[in-house]
Amino acid sequence: MASASMWVPRTKVDWFLTVLRVLALTVVTVGLLAFIAQQIDIDNPFARVVNPDATGLTGPQFRGLVISGFAQGAMYGLIALGYSMVYGVLGFINFAHGEVFMVGAMTGMITSNKLDDAGLWETNFIGSLLFIVAVSMLVCTLTAVIMERVAYRPLRKAPRLIPLITSIGISFFIQNTSVVLLGPTSKAYPDMPEWLTAKRTFLEIEGTKIMVICVAAVAMLGLWLLVERTKTGKAMRAVAEDQEIAGLMGVDVNRTIVKVFAVGGAMAGVAGILWGVLFRSVIHYTGFLPGIKAFSSAVVGGIGNLGGSMAGGLFIGLAESTGPLLILEPLGVSGVSQLRDAVAFAMLIGVLLLKPSGLFGERLSAEDRA
Amino acid sequence: MTTTVLSPLLRRVPRTWRRVIRLGALGAVGQVFISLSGMPVRLDVREIIVPILSLGYLAVLAVPVVLGVLLGRRPQHEEFLERPPGSRDLVLGATLGGLMGGGGLSVLALLLANFDLRDPLINWSPQLSEFLSFGRGTAFGFVIWLVIGGGLGLLGGSLRLASSRTQRVIMTMALTVVSAAILESLVVDLVEGVSLEALVEWMYAPRGGLTLVGAAVLAVVSGLLSLVGQGRIKAVQGRIQAMEGPRQTRVNLMLIAAVGVVLVILPLLVGKLTNELLANIGLFVLLALGLNIVVGLAGILDLGYVAFFAVGSYSTAVLTAATSPRIAPEFPWFVALIIVIVIAILVGLFIGAPVIRMRGDYLAIVTLGFGEIIRLLFLSDWLSGWFGGSQGITAIDGVDVFGLLTVDGTNPRRVFYLVLFFCAIAIYISWRLERSRLGRAWMAVREDEPVAEAMGINTVNVKLMAFVVGAVLGSFGGAIFVAKVGSVFPSSFLILVSIIILVVVIFGGMGNIFGVIAGAVVLIGVLGGPKQPGLLVEFSEFKLLIYGALLVWMMLARPEGLIPSARRSRELHQEEFLQDAWLRGQIDTDDANDLHGGSDTPAAES
Repeated sequence: MASASMWVPRTKVDWFLTVLRVLALTVVTVGLLAFIAQQIDIDNPFARVVNPDATGLTGPQFRGLVISGFAQGAMYGLIALGYSMVYGVLGFINFAHGEVFMVGAMTGMITSNKLDDAGLWETNFIGSLLFIVAVSMLVCTLTAVIMERVAYRPLRKAPRLIPLITSIGISFFIQNTSVVLLGPTSKAYPDMPEWLTAKRTFLEIEGTKIMVICVAAVAMLGLWLLVERTKTGKAMRAVAEDQEIAGLMGVDVNRTIVKVFAVGGAMAGVAGILWGVLFRSVIHYTGFLPGIKAFSSAVVGGIGNLGGSMAGGLFIGLAESTGPLLILEPLGVSGVSQLRDAVAFAMLIGVLLLKPSGLFGERLSAEDRA
Repeated sequence: MTTTVLSPLLRRVPRTWRRVIRLGALGAVGQVFISLSGMPVRLDVREIIVPILSLGYLAVLAVPVVLGVLLGRRPQHEEFLERPPGSRDLVLGATLGGLMGGGGLSVLALLLANFDLRDPLINWSPQLSEFLSFGRGTAFGFVIWLVIGGGLGLLGGSLRLASSRTQRVIMTMALTVVSAAILESLVVDLVEGVSLEALVEWMYAPRGGLTLVGAAVLAVVSGLLSLVGQGRIKAVQGRIQAMEGPRQTRVNLMLIAAVGVVLVILPLLVGKLTNELLANIGLFVLLALGLNIVVGLAGILDLGYVAFFAVGSYSTAVLTAATSPRIAPEFPWFVALIIVIVIAILVGLFIGAPVIRMRGDYLAIVTLGFGEIIRLLFLSDWLSGWFGGSQGITAIDGVDVFGLLTVDGTNPRRVFYLVLFFCAIAIYISWRLERSRLGRAWMAVREDEPVAEAMGINTVNVKLMAFVVGAVLGSFGGAIFVAKVGSVFPSSFLILVSIIILVVVIFGGMGNIFGVIAGAVVLIGVLGGPKQPGLLVEFSEFKLLIYGALLVWMMLARPEGLIPSARRSRELHQEEFLQDAWLRGQIDTDDANDLHGGSDTPAAES
């Protein structure tokens, strides 16, 4: 796969790939340089040549982009943990994990609206929020565990692509379950309290974004403690390393794999609520794009590597929010905000093309490492 | 199995009863889910047998019967520690399972009457309540579903006790009646085409659905036929297979010719709507054959196949339409097709080259990404000067065949013939390629890439070829689609399309041409494509749900598909295959281990 000789072309396909890589890097570099040029001086000849209509960004605009990027990135990171852990242990992409996240967002929507009807949402916002996070984590955990039991366990020994295809089917099924049960329209969360949405004096950041980042950090810390400091975590790492030998050492492999799905589901549940807080609306395909972006994050961070997933999430979030304006806009591409999702996919492809083993190294089981 | 909360309780129950409880609970959940999905209420309008059974009730009632049949099957224990259950136990178990399944609906009927959960659950409606209680109050609903569940469970369970001959006859009868009802519009159209209206009037009720008499007669006739025909078909098949080479080929050719003649005559007999359906089926046969080369033969999981369909459509539109925004050369369709093929080859190479070295699962995700990027680019304002953005390109002329006639959407019959022509080409290409050096190389790469490479196959080139051939067939589909619809919009090229084509290929049988065709005919014909309605028009709301469930179920139960390719199913069941061989004493243990060890390397699976 990715070897040291990646950059040294031997066949025609290699040549093509090298050209593609160089091209991608050139676009990014030129875009960035043009951006820097236009920030220094808007009438800079270089910036003018690349994009005659450049306007540049103001300081607060740029800060806003970075903070949104961080908030969304934290969310992607939480989802990415589920992809990463399952890939690390079972060696397949659980495509339906994005849907688990959507289930979390939906659960949060339903619960918070019920709380809002009861008047609790306004009077005791923090309590309500904790409650919906707990409910969402529970529902998502259940979803993930049932998924594993019904669809993945019977396929434990099947060729790797079989569980992937299955997970696509599950993803389709969960999405459309949401359509037939809850309806195909987009649904809104209740209004967030004003003290939260108002821009704080501190760097003029909305409180929601600070909260999202904090919640994600706490969840991540909890997960890290679980994986690194408890016996369960040790069992998970052992199973990820080698299922057979872990089993021989007295680890209940099935139970550990269930726990991996449960923990991944719980994280997706938290992320679902964060989505609700950030965007305040959910629809049945809410899970698809964040799922893809989270998977890219997991790959960027090195799949199987938990800290890497979180870092990868932040990287993808930042790149997504700043990339179009930083690189495409200075290059003179019009309507860049429409291309946000295309940028996300391009990033996924770019990551897999440039560094499929991730920035912080993969951690895969012995047999997947080939 | 130890994960459910109930497991400590369950463990005290004997194993055979555990199965009953588990399946019964599953059935209950399934029935409640089906009810809340709105299927029964929405499908109630579609009649199967006029006064007594609608599709809505069938959707719910099928569950206890299936439960009964499943539970009536003698469980195969690996170790015989417990007394194997007798027939009475089995029937009792089946009844109990059905009862539990029905109990789910009983509870739901109670809940519906007493709680209002309409806010999140859109189908928590008075109509559902009415449906479940047959309009006679909650208590009646509660009891009747227990009775129905138990009764149908009993029915399903006792079906298992009958001789296999009787079982087959009953199955045939049930299947015939249901398919006659599902195929109603097709049958009516066809029968009226040969002017036998009297038969139709007698068999079908005026507002759809079989009449009681019609259903009864159909059941009896099909039952008799299956009684008489049992074994005959097998015998004929056996005879054909027993023939030596040239004669067998001749029989096969005759069969193919017969099918061809039927396909040419069929559109002449049926009306516009049915022809439209046939054209849609044909279009998906074409696309599925293309994907089959990539997924089925070369074993590359391409989730972005819609990209080639989109590129074919858009390039045809730009080349032929007068309304194309930037360049409008207005080529005739057939001239454009040649350029479209060239473009498709280039796009196939462009998408294929970067992904070809990746691990199989990464490749799948990346192709998915390409599929989506291409749609987003067609949609974007950035390129709207070329492709019209979200407005698409409209008012595209049909295909002009040598100035004699035009094929466009207003005449689905001609579209069908056009599709048929290209399907024939695609079938021929697939058939020849499968038996060519390239086809064998594809299969070798699919089965074990490192070994294939060691055998001197240039795996990169071979896989790229699969991409390119798939791309060309996909672009044919796109070109025909444009001629048929007369417009292109980015929204026609959602990821959904790729997934549905994938389901068609997997359902039919990866790597088997006939399987793929059968898959397209059954799925697209009955359920419909992403935007095209099938015979069960009422199903359109639920078809994606069913496609998803079908994909999962196929992977779990029958990954080789409806009509498997022999080689493919051997790969998928390698372990069992080796075990069988070992039991028969064909290979000794060491060899089996070697073989097994060799197949475990990840690269073999990509």
